[in-house]
Amino acid sequence: MVNIGTLWQYLAVQAPLHSSMSGDALNLTKMGLTAYTLPALPYAYDALEPHISAQIMELHHSKHHQAYVANLNKALESHVAAVAASDVASQIALQQTIKFNGGGHINHSLFWKNLAPAGSEETSLEAAKGLVGAIEKTWGGFDEFKKAFSAALLGLQGSGWGWLVKEGGNGAGLRIVTTKDQDPVVGGDETIFGVDMWEHAYYLQYLNGKAAYVENIWNVINWKTAEERFQGKSEEKTEL
Amino acid sequence: MSSTLLRTVPALRGALRASGAPKAAGAMASTSFVRGKATLPDLSYDYGALEPHISGKIMELHHTKHHQTYVNGLNSALQTIAEAESKGDYTKAATVAPLLNFHGGGHINHSLFWENLAPASREGGGEPDGALKKAIDTDFGSFDTFRKQMNTALAGIQGSGWAWLVKDKSAGTLGLVTRANQDPVSGPYVPLMGIDAWEHAYYLQYENRKAEYFDAIWNVVNWKTVASRFEKS
Ligand SMILES: [Fe+2]
Ligand SMILES: [Fe+2]
Repeated sequence: MVNIGTLWQYLAVQAPLHSSMSGDALNLTKMGLTAYTLPALPYAYDALEPHISAQIMELHHSKHHQAYVANLNKALESHVAAVAASDVASQIALQQTIKFNGGGHINHSLFWKNLAPAGSEETSLEAAKGLVGAIEKTWGGFDEFKKAFSAALLGLQGSGWGWLVKEGGNGAGLRIVTTKDQDPVVGGDETIFGVDMWEHAYYLQYLNGKAAYVENIWNVINWKTAEERFQGKSEEKTEL
Repeated sequence: MSSTLLRTVPALRGALRASGAPKAAGAMASTSFVRGKATLPDLSYDYGALEPHISGKIMELHHTKHHQTYVNGLNSALQTIAEAESKGDYTKAATVAPLLNFHGGGHINHSLFWENLAPASREGGGEPDGALKKAIDTDFGSFDTFRKQMNTALAGIQGSGWAWLVKDKSAGTLGLVTRANQDPVSGPYVPLMGIDAWEHAYYLQYENRKAEYFDAIWNVVNWKTVASRFEKS
């Protein structure tokens, strides 16, 4: 099981380990952390064609995402050992590796679930009545939102992600944010959906034509998942 | 020359006009400019000439599409800055700074990159000799150690970026630096040899196996260019 909620908190506070947990023979399990595993996709590799090719999906999931999972586990094991050894310098040195690979794991896990085969019930805006209403209220129209979100994606300089988030707290407004490399959205904001703008997400099919990728991704956004996250009914953070 | 581009922004248009970067072999990056406009430099080899280490398709897209986009973005940023300057709108000029850094850096980095590569059948590959070899041995221990350290640096880039062999002008020593995205090498560092670690540089051929690309590219490094940059630095 991927305990993504724990990882989330871990990345959010950057110092999650209790001193009471230091001691002999520590490992991820004893630290209350499960070794992370690659989640299965909720659809087949070719299910997002023609908008995202099966070849991209397979490499993206079985190679890229898998590498983030493996490197996250490795870094966490080293971190556990550094805690056990009261080696704070090593703990600090590992933080960026944990952030990068942990972020990669979180981001891709969210991404797979906020995609669905084009033409399915999930990709119909009918599945997100509450969210669409809030989007129209915020941006003055759904097309205006789409334009703003697409512009944010295409404005990224280098690798990164674009997200629609619901701000934490009482305001709970919607916002478009971008994060660089594998930085995850942390700190109380709720991710509604995200789009991977690393070149590996589209290059084999779209080459340098990333605008076409961005245009087509709208066909495979899972609005049902987005609505669940918007309504706070998603259990991904504890159960993914 | 080209590495000072971003530090001369106020005088940029004039400076670019006067720069007249020479196209002779071994010259510094042929970041060529026409009437103050950056233009895409020609490659000194065919797109297929770096095969099998870098495919012709990658080279063609990389040069005609990616590099061209940086050239266009740089010219557009410069124009916006010039217009803002003429109106005294320095706030507007300042907001363009990230675009200038990104596209200007992209143009500089790729111009340097093309010139520090060459077909394996010509100058590409092998090991440096002479003063450059001596400096690498002194500062890294050996060429092999240097190569390993550069590959480790490349593999460690989290996201898009570049790794460079640089000369530190103040210390006089060689070193390795990485830069995120298209940030150009600047400050005390003179770029001698760069490797593009963006996914577009290898993905069509190597997919996620970037370590294979980092191994293969040594077969097409143009040490003559690197030595010439070293001697001029
Ligand atoms: Fe990705
Ligand atoms: Fe590039």
